[in-house]
Amino acid sequence: MLDNLASVGYFLPEFALTATILVLIVVRVATKDPQSVAFPFLSLVGIGLSILLASIVPAGEAKGTFEGMVAYDAFAVFFKVLTALAAVIVVFMSMDSREMEGRPQVEFYVFMLASLIGMFLLSASTDIVMLYLSFELVSIPSYLLAGYVKGKVQSTEAAMKYVVYGATASGSMIYGFSMLFGLTGSTQIGEIGKALATGNLPVVPLVLACVLVAAGFGYKIAAVPFHMWSPDVYEGAPTPATAFFSVAPKAAGFAVLIRFFYTVFAVSEPGSSVWRLSTEVDWTLLFAVLSAITMTVGNLVAIKQDNVKRLLAYSSIAHAGYMLMGFVLLTPAGIQAVLFYFVVYLFMNLGAFYVVLVVGNSCNGEDISDFRGLGTRAPFMAVSMAVFLFALTGIPPFSGFIGKLYLFAEVINRQIYWLVIIAALNSAVGLYYYARIVKSMFFDVPESTEAIAVPAIPRALLVLLVAPTLILGVYWEPVARIASNSIRMLAF
Amino acid sequence: MMTLQAFLIISAALFCCGLYTVMTRQNGVAVLMGVELILNAANINFVAFAHYLSHVMGGQIFAIFIIVIAAAESAVALAIFLRLYANTGSVEIDTADRLKG
Repeated sequence: MLDNLASVGYFLPEFALTATILVLIVVRVATKDPQSVAFPFLSLVGIGLSILLASIVPAGEAKGTFEGMVAYDAFAVFFKVLTALAAVIVVFMSMDSREMEGRPQVEFYVFMLASLIGMFLLSASTDIVMLYLSFELVSIPSYLLAGYVKGKVQSTEAAMKYVVYGATASGSMIYGFSMLFGLTGSTQIGEIGKALATGNLPVVPLVLACVLVAAGFGYKIAAVPFHMWSPDVYEGAPTPATAFFSVAPKAAGFAVLIRFFYTVFAVSEPGSSVWRLSTEVDWTLLFAVLSAITMTVGNLVAIKQDNVKRLLAYSSIAHAGYMLMGFVLLTPAGIQAVLFYFVVYLFMNLGAFYVVLVVGNSCNGEDISDFRGLGTRAPFMAVSMAVFLFALTGIPPFSGFIGKLYLFAEVINRQIYWLVIIAALNSAVGLYYYARIVKSMFFDVPESTEAIAVPAIPRALLVLLVAPTLILGVYWEPVARIASNSIRMLAF
Repeated sequence: MMTLQAFLIISAALFCCGLYTVMTRQNGVAVLMGVELILNAANINFVAFAHYLSHVMGGQIFAIFIIVIAAAESAVALAIFLRLYANTGSVEIDTADRLKG
């Protein structure tokens, strides 16, 4: 465990982001143009620098920094780079958005970067004080991002629902933490895990604490039944913010979910690659059922959606359900599958939202009917959207298929057949609503046949998002290796 | 001398009141009050546990952090409610139904 001064060297990515926020504020004071192109540019530099710093500091051995508050390990670095990549793509998306009258003002980037620092810390926190602080550091700027569009009632309403659900979820999580603290007398998750492993603790409060904490994390990853906020927030928030919410906080939520539950409730069997539960609380069953319900509800409700943003919100709930499958297995391969799925999901989901943004900019709407005839009006966009949607469905040869393959294979290995069957049926349901958009793009007759002009930057960025979606479908080995190297968590 | 149980019962009651408020009240500001009750229930738990069980400062420090975060959260939430009031003339949660499906 490193003391505060020695830890500073492992905190450089967060410093880079903090410095960027300060620079942004100073530059805003100095410039006259509230929508200056300098803001997204500086944000890109800052996030790029933090990715660089996060990936060059040698991971080496996992360390507990800041007196055991924050872990420095390969697992945290993976999620830092992942969430920062999502932020980079979102900065590009935000540069031309009709909802935000062209380019957003500096506050948008400041809130996004603050939220990103929260995610960096959330994926690394090993103390429940730090965990709660970073949880709120992710949430509070997100509320503001959702309500960024001042004059639009939907945006404000989205922010209001987000803040009400978010505050309640974090409140119940903190009450669960207080019970865990009372049972074990420590705020370090490693110490909590050790105390629980001794086994002579009352079961009822322990289960209650486990459920309350799961409610908080479940809200962050939008798992049923804590998902109610997400469709409304996704629909009402400006599209770049929605794209950000659909990937980055979800990734950080999964990171903390995995780290917390594996450290507190499971121990790895020496000599084998499987963990076992160290307490009476059977959270694997709890989460297996949650996973099945989450994917089913997400997919079934998505069928009847007409707004594409709302449809993608339900689809992202379903994807959280798929990823929970990997989490419940108590094997390193299961976690590896989750990490790999996140890389794939990052590109395909942000890509889909990007097309929604560009269509929304030119058609003033995000309904499926606005996508009619996109195949002739903007063929390149329509084809890339089709690629993203088929990847989200999980059809070969797209990357989503490989992601699902890893998840399914591991569940089959562990012989939880009922979960695989539910997941497979769900994928079939998914095909129906994704194909609805594809049909609308290529076979429905549009009201106007006028071509939609796609500027050079969105075009280039779409290529950059389509390429990994296609390449990871046929050549995924390097990313799978990164994922398997990144499952090393700080052990206690 | 008060026992630990007394504190735990008070905090559990407070938590239930808060949850009930959040679930039933229609006014956004009242919901925020419910959230405050939940957070303060957790605070009582932390301080009581820290006093009676472990003699490390973790619990008290956690309570202070919760108070600070709760203030930040309320500030943001009230700003959002103010904006909602300016846009729609009401902070009732059930009238906010433009987004549904």
